[in-house]
Amino acid sequence: MAITWDNYDVGPFYDELVITAGEPRPYAKDLNEYLHNLSDAEVKEYKIAADSAIKVMGITFRVYNDEEGSIDRAWPFDIVPRLIPLSEWQHIEEGLVQRVKALNMFIDDLYNEQRVIKDGVFPADMLKKSKNFLPQCQGFSPKNGVWAHICGSDLVRDQHGTVYVLEDNLRVPSGVSYMLENRQVMKRVFPEMFEKYNILPVDDYPSDLYDMLAELSPRDIEEPEIVVLTPGIYNSAYFEHAYLAQQMGAELVVGSDLVVEDDDCVYMRTIHGLSRVDVIYRRIDDAFLDPEAFNPESALGVPGVMRAWKAGNVALANAPGSGVADDKVVYSYVPQLIEYYLKEEAILPNVPTYRCINDSEREYVLDNIEKMVVKPANESGGYGMLIGPHASKKEHDEFRQLIQSDPRNYVAQPMLLLSTAPTMVDTAVEGRHLDLRPFILSGEEVKVTMGGLTRVAMVKGSTVVNSSQGGGSKDTWIVDMEGQ
Amino acid sequence: MLSRVANNLCWLGRYLERTENTARLISVNANLLLDLPKVIVLGWEPIVEIVSGHDEFYALHDKADEKSVIHFMVSEEAYPGSILKSLEFARENARTIREIIPREVWEQINELYLFAKENGHKSLQRRSRYEFLTEIIESIQKITGILSGTMTHDEGYQFLRIGRNLERADMTTRIIDVRSASLLQETETEQAAFENLQWMSVLKSLTAYQMYRREVRLRIRRPDVLKFLLLEEKFPRSLSHTFGQVKHCVQALPNSANVVAAIGAVEAQLHNANPQRLIQDKLHEFIDDMQFGIIEVFNQLEQTYF
Repeated sequence: MAITWDNYDVGPFYDELVITAGEPRPYAKDLNEYLHNLSDAEVKEYKIAADSAIKVMGITFRVYNDEEGSIDRAWPFDIVPRLIPLSEWQHIEEGLVQRVKALNMFIDDLYNEQRVIKDGVFPADMLKKSKNFLPQCQGFSPKNGVWAHICGSDLVRDQHGTVYVLEDNLRVPSGVSYMLENRQVMKRVFPEMFEKYNILPVDDYPSDLYDMLAELSPRDIEEPEIVVLTPGIYNSAYFEHAYLAQQMGAELVVGSDLVVEDDDCVYMRTIHGLSRVDVIYRRIDDAFLDPEAFNPESALGVPGVMRAWKAGNVALANAPGSGVADDKVVYSYVPQLIEYYLKEEAILPNVPTYRCINDSEREYVLDNIEKMVVKPANESGGYGMLIGPHASKKEHDEFRQLIQSDPRNYVAQPMLLLSTAPTMVDTAVEGRHLDLRPFILSGEEVKVTMGGLTRVAMVKGSTVVNSSQGGGSKDTWIVDMEGQ
Repeated sequence: MLSRVANNLCWLGRYLERTENTARLISVNANLLLDLPKVIVLGWEPIVEIVSGHDEFYALHDKADEKSVIHFMVSEEAYPGSILKSLEFARENARTIREIIPREVWEQINELYLFAKENGHKSLQRRSRYEFLTEIIESIQKITGILSGTMTHDEGYQFLRIGRNLERADMTTRIIDVRSASLLQETETEQAAFENLQWMSVLKSLTAYQMYRREVRLRIRRPDVLKFLLLEEKFPRSLSHTFGQVKHCVQALPNSANVVAAIGAVEAQLHNANPQRLIQDKLHEFIDDMQFGIIEVFNQLEQTYF
């Protein structure tokens, strides 16, 4: 017997599968029992099977380091799935739909009437200092008023079991391909479990994405031309760009494949000549999207694409400028925004957030920095953060100075005790911290993936789950326990 | 099909073919040198000349000895025509079109590149050289086979074949050009046997020896060899065959008139040639014409599609 649950140490945390040593959560009982009955040899065999499936499927991401330059790495994968009962998931799903609706209304408002500012809900000052607000987008409203068509929101659970939204990624969120491939791997490794549990499928994401993108087409035609615009093979998420293009049957293009002609339409260069493009699922940041409108140095983008977008001749997903709401300071206003736009109370809570721009909140942060997580407003991928309890005195002082020199750019949150889930360490299980990134598609309807990408910090005690910083992932099972 | 993708496929075909040809060239030369008497100083320099690597080579080495030339041709990072660099380029090309080519092909190319990188030094020792080069040649053959057997034979596949055949034609002209220049014009009694050996090596560099033997039963003679390598329709490395392939592929593509015309022009020149009359200067001139013709075909391809 490889895995014993009697001495599984939950510690002060909420564990996703175990209440306390020897006592699984009701929906995890079958899984834990199954794992318990595996021999060491079987566990090893399954791990090898999963690793080789990952290798064969070519699931990689790119990391940068000084010695080797940039290299493709296999994505670390843990074979123990993370389970969430459907009843709980439906509540989360509802909260996400509500949240993304409000965020899109907020973005549309900011670029148009700015009622939210006039009504005193969101301070004008905050907007002025926002790095991601694009004046070029003012006065424009995309189809259905939707700006962030694809959103990846990060959820965490604290020691009491409460699920919080940690951040919303509204620019070019990545990770969905790993969610899809993880499921493929698990079907190969644990087919028995799929018979035992009613696990809700995730595979319809590419076709939902396709449908949502096709809806955006400015031309009313049977088969609009949809392309995935990638920065290229050196981007860390290139695998995902190629994967999604392949799954949707869309063309994978780089900037130089596209050209905007005098008629303000976007074309791609093909061996048949120029061919009109209707929808661009762009995986390039705003700043690099159009050297004509933004960074003139960008070699990745398409000159004139903003012109074409504003003329209504091409759809961009996500719309340029969506990032204005993907800001850790804006984040702190989301519950108020939901109330303001939807006249509803937020279903999913925010993690309490201190805005360093407010004197009293900043004082509190500066005094308690060793207990807090400090985040720059506009970074993603875990870069530029301070995790107070794990940092040195010197780092605390550095961050105190950073905050004082640019308070608008920092927020701080209390250190949450993130939930854990059993994770394979050799042939035994130990708790590791994790989060969850569901993906929300907003078209005429709003759709949430069934679960999402569970990212897990493979290092004991660590809470950093980013793939660029040693994180791995697990398959996420939304299980329907009705009738069991 | 995106122009960029078509371009990448065409170059992927070229780089793979170049890798195989280079490996063959070294292998055959090594064999030949073992057979020749010491008085005939053929050495390794012609290899560098065949690939037009003179300047790059002498920037790095003083003397064209065995070790320097082989290192240069196999592992030299600073020479874009080395086996290692060709594979690196092939790999980068394949990487950007991973969603287009069969997954297995990408994996094979990746593995082969890593193999060449790790084992390139083995080509320096006579003992392990043959094994190393054979592994390279066979791996490329395997990749060609997988492509042919598993990739849809669509427009993209045509571009791959165009690249392969243009590169092949190019190498055939180069080998004929350099090798024939170093050979004696008339069949002098004493060296006849060795001339024979050298023409054999020309054939072998193009894997043409066995096929030549089947077609031409006579003693190996210059005009027959030339005729075979230039005009033998049925031999896959002859100029005539490679041009025919390119034409066939291009005809399956849209708007191909200009490219077809360019191939037509060089084909016409080829078929007007009389191998009996192609003595030294004439031959060199003729080969130059062929190479210009190949370049023109490529230019037309570029203008039309890329």
